[in-house]
Amino acid sequence: MTKHVVASADELQPGQRKLVNAGGREIAVFNIAGEMFALANRCPHGGGPLIEGYVTGLALSSRPGEYRLARENEFLRCPYHGWEFELRTGQSYCDPKSVRARQFSVHVEHGEELAKGPYAADRFEVAREKDYVVVEV
Amino acid sequence: MNAPLLDVKASQTLSFVDCDIHPVQRSLADLFPYMGARWIEHAKSIGPHIRQGLSSMQAHPRMMAAGQRADAYPERGGPPGSDLALMQRQHLDPAGVEIGMLVSLSKGGMEERNTDYARALSHAVNDWQIEDWVRKEPRLRAGVVVPQDDPDFAAQEIRARAGDPSFRQVILSPRSIEPLGRKRYWPIYEAAQECDLPLGLHPAANGAHPSTGSGWPTFYMQEHYAFGTNMHGNLVSMVFEGVFERFPRLKVALIESGFTWIPAMCWRMDRHWERMRHEVPHLKRPPSEYVREHFWFATQPMEEPENPVHLPEIIDWIGWDRLMFSTDYPHWDYDDPRYCIKFAMTDAQRSQLFGDNARALYRL
Repeated sequence: MTKHVVASADELQPGQRKLVNAGGREIAVFNIAGEMFALANRCPHGGGPLIEGYVTGLALSSRPGEYRLARENEFLRCPYHGWEFELRTGQSYCDPKSVRARQFSVHVEHGEELAKGPYAADRFEVAREKDYVVVEV
Repeated sequence: MNAPLLDVKASQTLSFVDCDIHPVQRSLADLFPYMGARWIEHAKSIGPHIRQGLSSMQAHPRMMAAGQRADAYPERGGPPGSDLALMQRQHLDPAGVEIGMLVSLSKGGMEERNTDYARALSHAVNDWQIEDWVRKEPRLRAGVVVPQDDPDFAAQEIRARAGDPSFRQVILSPRSIEPLGRKRYWPIYEAAQECDLPLGLHPAANGAHPSTGSGWPTFYMQEHYAFGTNMHGNLVSMVFEGVFERFPRLKVALIESGFTWIPAMCWRMDRHWERMRHEVPHLKRPPSEYVREHFWFATQPMEEPENPVHLPEIIDWIGWDRLMFSTDYPHWDYDDPRYCIKFAMTDAQRSQLFGDNARALYRL
């Protein structure tokens, strides 16, 4: 696993998303209410770009006529065919065992810590006083 | 359910013929240069009169992004499919489209009840396809859009356009007033056969009747499923009414309607024919033979059986020479040629599916 610095933290504030490249892979990074999620930017069903997906909850029903929206902002819907993926696990809702979006570990790290290395930052200098988004590939 | 993707290597990418691409106007004003003052004024002051209420809305809400790929909205505004540069950048170039068949839905007059206005719209959409798309992007081919319920004009428009090799098929709506085998539509088939242009049938959002035989659907999922059943009715009608006895060189492409139903439909029609042939003595052969000889099928939305290897078995029954790859760009159920086929094919089968069959049918 290599740490890749993919963005400065101020580029990925809550509600923001960014398509990044780490170790030759396109990765879609989302900040949902302060929590970071990173998924391979290719839907495992039909290849859609997940960075363009719709972050939402699950529409659920206990019986016909009773509906609720649960787990808001925990799911991403593919921009092509609408497959629903749980951001936390990458599992698809309808076929969790065999169709899952590839997940990457992602977190925010301070420049001071990063300076101790090792890490890879292809596109910008890392300043000790700032925070950065780090994806492990 | 659906099996995960196989890893697709760069060497597997290919160039292909896309049999279903939807160009669309940013607004009706895009057609004004081709319409003439009288119909421009009509469009501005009266507007469309398609066969449903709330005519500026769709009959069914179509999930997120209004039935479009959510990433296909042009930055400059306008609906997906209205920006050639985006289509090139997002689809034609990266997917490897060698030739793209335009299927121009919506404003082509197929759903318009005012037949004179429909004539003006069809004529304008056919000009617009050439001027705004094919002349600017040589990979694209047009389809002559005709209002099927005005067969005399439709035949005239087909003959008028046939001299331009950019037009490679005739597009008509399967949601016609009567099933498409009925004799009222035969002038269209006579012209298409004479001009050696196949018919392309593509589901339409609106039509003369509810989209299912049992009435209007509640959900878009039902509406989408009805694309297939609507086509079942038209295929059976064309076969049993004797269209292909009368027009033995007529060819029909069914687009976006599925294809796994074809074998079962043929088995059933043949059993009926053996028992009730005397009702339709104008049929000289088992119905399946007309289907085998006269119909082609575009693949999108690719059927997705639980076990992907069941699909090539079904294609064996249909015939590998009859399936033509299509993406449906820019709609939500786009099939990416790099990822949507999850079973092994021989090189020959791959070549047929991704181009040879379409080249043969459309003489590309």
